[in-house]
Amino acid sequence: MTFKYHNDSDFHAKLIADVLSQYPDKAAKRRSKHLSLATSEKDGNATSECEVKSNIKSVPGVMTIRGCAYAGSKGVVWGPIKDMVHISHGPVGCGQYSWSQRRNYYVGLTGIDTFVTMQFTSDFQEKDIVFGGDKKLEKVIDEIAELFPLSNGITLQSECPIGLIGDDIEAVARKKAKEHATTVVPVRCEGFRGVSQSLGHHIANDAIRDWVFDKKDIKFDPGPYDVNVIGDYNIGGDAWASRILLEEIGLRVVGNWSGDATLAEVERAPRAALNLIHCYRSMNYISRHMEEKYGIPWMEYNFFGHSQIDASLRNIAEHFGPEIQEKAEKVIAKYQPLVWAVIDKYWQRLSGKRVMLYVGGLRPRHVVTAYEDLGMEIVGTGYEFGHGDDYQRTGHYVKDGTLIYDDVTGYELEKFIEGIRPDLVGSGVKEKYPVQKMGIPFRQMHSWDYSGPYHGYDGFAIFARDMDMAINNPVWGLYDAPWKNDRILAAVAG
Amino acid sequence: MPQSAEKTLDHAPLFCEPEYRKMLAKKKLKFECPHPDQVVSDQREFTKSWEYREKNLARQALVVNPAKACQPLGAVFAAAGFERTMSFVHGSQGCVAYYRSHLSRHFKEPSSVVSSSMTEDAAVFGGLKNMVDGLANTYKLYNPKMIAVSTTCMAEVIGDDLHGFIENAKSEGSVPRDFDVPFAHTPAFVGSHVDGYDSMVKGVLENFWKGTARSEATASVNIIPGFDGFCVGNNRELKRLLDLMQVTYMFIQDASDQFDTPSDGNFRMYDGGTKINDVKAALNAEGTLSLQYYNTRKTLDYCRAVGQATTSFRYPLGVEATDELLMAISDISTREIPEVIRLERGRLIDAMADSQAWLYGKKYAIYGDPDFVYGMARFIMETGGEPTHCLATNGTSAWEDEMKELLASSPFGKNAQVWPGKDLWALRSLLFTEPVDLLIGNSYGKYLERDTGTPLVRLTFPIFDRHHHHRFPLMGYQGGLRLLTAILDKIFDNLDRETMHAGVTDYSYDLTR
Repeated sequence: MTFKYHNDSDFHAKLIADVLSQYPDKAAKRRSKHLSLATSEKDGNATSECEVKSNIKSVPGVMTIRGCAYAGSKGVVWGPIKDMVHISHGPVGCGQYSWSQRRNYYVGLTGIDTFVTMQFTSDFQEKDIVFGGDKKLEKVIDEIAELFPLSNGITLQSECPIGLIGDDIEAVARKKAKEHATTVVPVRCEGFRGVSQSLGHHIANDAIRDWVFDKKDIKFDPGPYDVNVIGDYNIGGDAWASRILLEEIGLRVVGNWSGDATLAEVERAPRAALNLIHCYRSMNYISRHMEEKYGIPWMEYNFFGHSQIDASLRNIAEHFGPEIQEKAEKVIAKYQPLVWAVIDKYWQRLSGKRVMLYVGGLRPRHVVTAYEDLGMEIVGTGYEFGHGDDYQRTGHYVKDGTLIYDDVTGYELEKFIEGIRPDLVGSGVKEKYPVQKMGIPFRQMHSWDYSGPYHGYDGFAIFARDMDMAINNPVWGLYDAPWKNDRILAAVAG
Repeated sequence: MPQSAEKTLDHAPLFCEPEYRKMLAKKKLKFECPHPDQVVSDQREFTKSWEYREKNLARQALVVNPAKACQPLGAVFAAAGFERTMSFVHGSQGCVAYYRSHLSRHFKEPSSVVSSSMTEDAAVFGGLKNMVDGLANTYKLYNPKMIAVSTTCMAEVIGDDLHGFIENAKSEGSVPRDFDVPFAHTPAFVGSHVDGYDSMVKGVLENFWKGTARSEATASVNIIPGFDGFCVGNNRELKRLLDLMQVTYMFIQDASDQFDTPSDGNFRMYDGGTKINDVKAALNAEGTLSLQYYNTRKTLDYCRAVGQATTSFRYPLGVEATDELLMAISDISTREIPEVIRLERGRLIDAMADSQAWLYGKKYAIYGDPDFVYGMARFIMETGGEPTHCLATNGTSAWEDEMKELLASSPFGKNAQVWPGKDLWALRSLLFTEPVDLLIGNSYGKYLERDTGTPLVRLTFPIFDRHHHHRFPLMGYQGGLRLLTAILDKIFDNLDRETMHAGVTDYSYDLTR
């Protein structure tokens, strides 16, 4: 990484002091541990780690952007597995609000052999709370078996009441799996567990370990170049733009976790030669498990922006030796003209533009260099649900003085944006509209703002185009009414 | 390599390129372990059959693609309709992220809501501490005039008592003693978002009206809009009509400005909404008029209990429903309906007459909230259309009776069927076995449009995949024009699509219709 710039540490420190001064004392004390600046190691340029407290309960009564464990399990890890039916077990809302919202692209006949963009729920009523929902759940599973016979399994995604009223969904799962000779996975991802989506990811990973692995006699011939892609949810087709590269360098992707995945892909995973993990936060648990139990090594990679894609392809290829390395170099070379055409086209329009990020679990660091590949600078970044090891990894990516905010509240983010006035903010749908009202360009970096893919070289071209169209849109020049704008009035008066 | 900097392909064209088609075909064949194609296509055909329909409609426990959301969403929407009011949801924080996203995706607007962020310890010990700290933080940070508290299923299951908790928080100084903290218990496992709306509006009225004696009635009409994804266009249109009538009125719960704030460089966390002083004064109104019955049952009971006359409508769409609404307002306010409004009415009738041939005899499936389905079915019958399937997942047997009465009132309702409690997967079977010409509902209907080929007109909440519809009114005679045009556009677009095959079907690809 050769792109050099500095952020204004003093100014950022003052911003932090300013927002904290607005809180009641108790909340200010708690929030102060989550706001910080990236600082350099003494001996070099690389920032060592970003020291903030993370993965701690949100302060009540402030606008946290976080979701819950159910969102982590159903919304992220399990939901995209396309040939299983995922039951939102509990009241109707959780399933309804998460229905079709993450753009986990897939190919399949929805409602027949594929079920991702459907909302299956046990629609708990008061009587289910009072008498328990296990009987109802059994019936729900029977009805799924009858109406959706080509589904290859069922998961039970627990909403808050399930744990509170003490339902035994594990017993139901065991009973019904036997009866219907299918996979039934109970997932204890009630929304109140943990402090964010993060625990939901972990619980979902554990459910794969305990209820999927080693449960069937798998007929599959493993090959020397078999990899699993772990932690790519195929948002806008990300996993496809990644898969095409991995196949081009000679690897065989046996499982895609979990965008566009089938249960079979998950079941065969323990036979692969290497696990490639993109979203470390949501899936490191299962990668570690596969390493311990099956001896499969795992490797992190980053497919955002050409410099990371190049580097990642080389790292991956190195694991497999000269044959794959040679192919990787060819693939990198093949895409260089595209990369440089993209940079040529956008560099002038984007270089020096300052970006603030606030996303979930990998993008706050992974996309940093994709922006820098276009000459853009990251002034602030933070995680909704990152842990200490995420912030540690962030240190490798960000520059000195970068504002770091963990579980940032709506109030803090707004004040930071007002103070810094960046050229672009990348965050989620809840943040999009307030930021745009302020006259600041915005891109949704969970959903790619309904565009994408952003992964891979094909995705990098789209990423660059989208950032340009956001920043250089004529609409930002129309915010001031001319009769309120002294500069224009003076020109008209001539 | 299909991608280029000059003509950047995003997902829609990119994955149609041969490289990607090949890759996906290989993935399916080698790694997905799919069912044989024949098995899949047989099952697909089976789902279109009467036999499948019978199994599907006989479901007792499983709900698939329901057209309803949970109570707290309604409460959050309701709170957004009051001046400088922060919505505070007592429970697990993930719910709030969902409500905010859901509203933002529909309105393309900010949605500001806080949570008490309850976790495992609160599940064990109760959420009092979260309420005490949370109210203090909300009050200090967001400078609201009022904090409207509702609950999630978590808080309800563990039995947190909002009234007691809020009193406790006030005693501990979280907010001043006289600061307004109305509340509503809104368990997600009871009713749906329309009930949450009802409970929150009632909670706000009780907060201000309880213990206050009603003085002599003022010649003013209270209007409660109900949960309405088109509140921006509808509320403004109704205000225009009321101003034309020179009526003194007060909207109780008006989220129109909150979900349509201007872009001029400032983020307004709060904008518009019913003023708190006006809510207080509304106690003395002549009467309260609700635009949606099922959204306001408890609230209207309460209004009657304090001595107000009440009337409720069922999402007044089209000619006669608007007539009735204006006449009711005229009655309560003793103001005449001015000539300009009669002319507007005439213009809608003119438009309906001009287009009648394209609408007569068309069959429709309509789904959504009970009031919406009622109002839309009524309008469809005015155009000579036949509401063949009327479905409300949150519809009750009382709604079913009302619908049947409405449908019996017109020859166009003769063959209509009413489906309370059914979901959109059930509607899929209905559309395959008893097809219709048009489907009216929200964005979730696009899956039905794809599977059954029934063209979808998006006319109710939520609309995620089309922009700005909510900014235009559906109510009033102007709204009627919008309804009419939306339906006609769909008919004409569809006709064009079917007839545009050059040299094959384009004899009907007419320029003038």
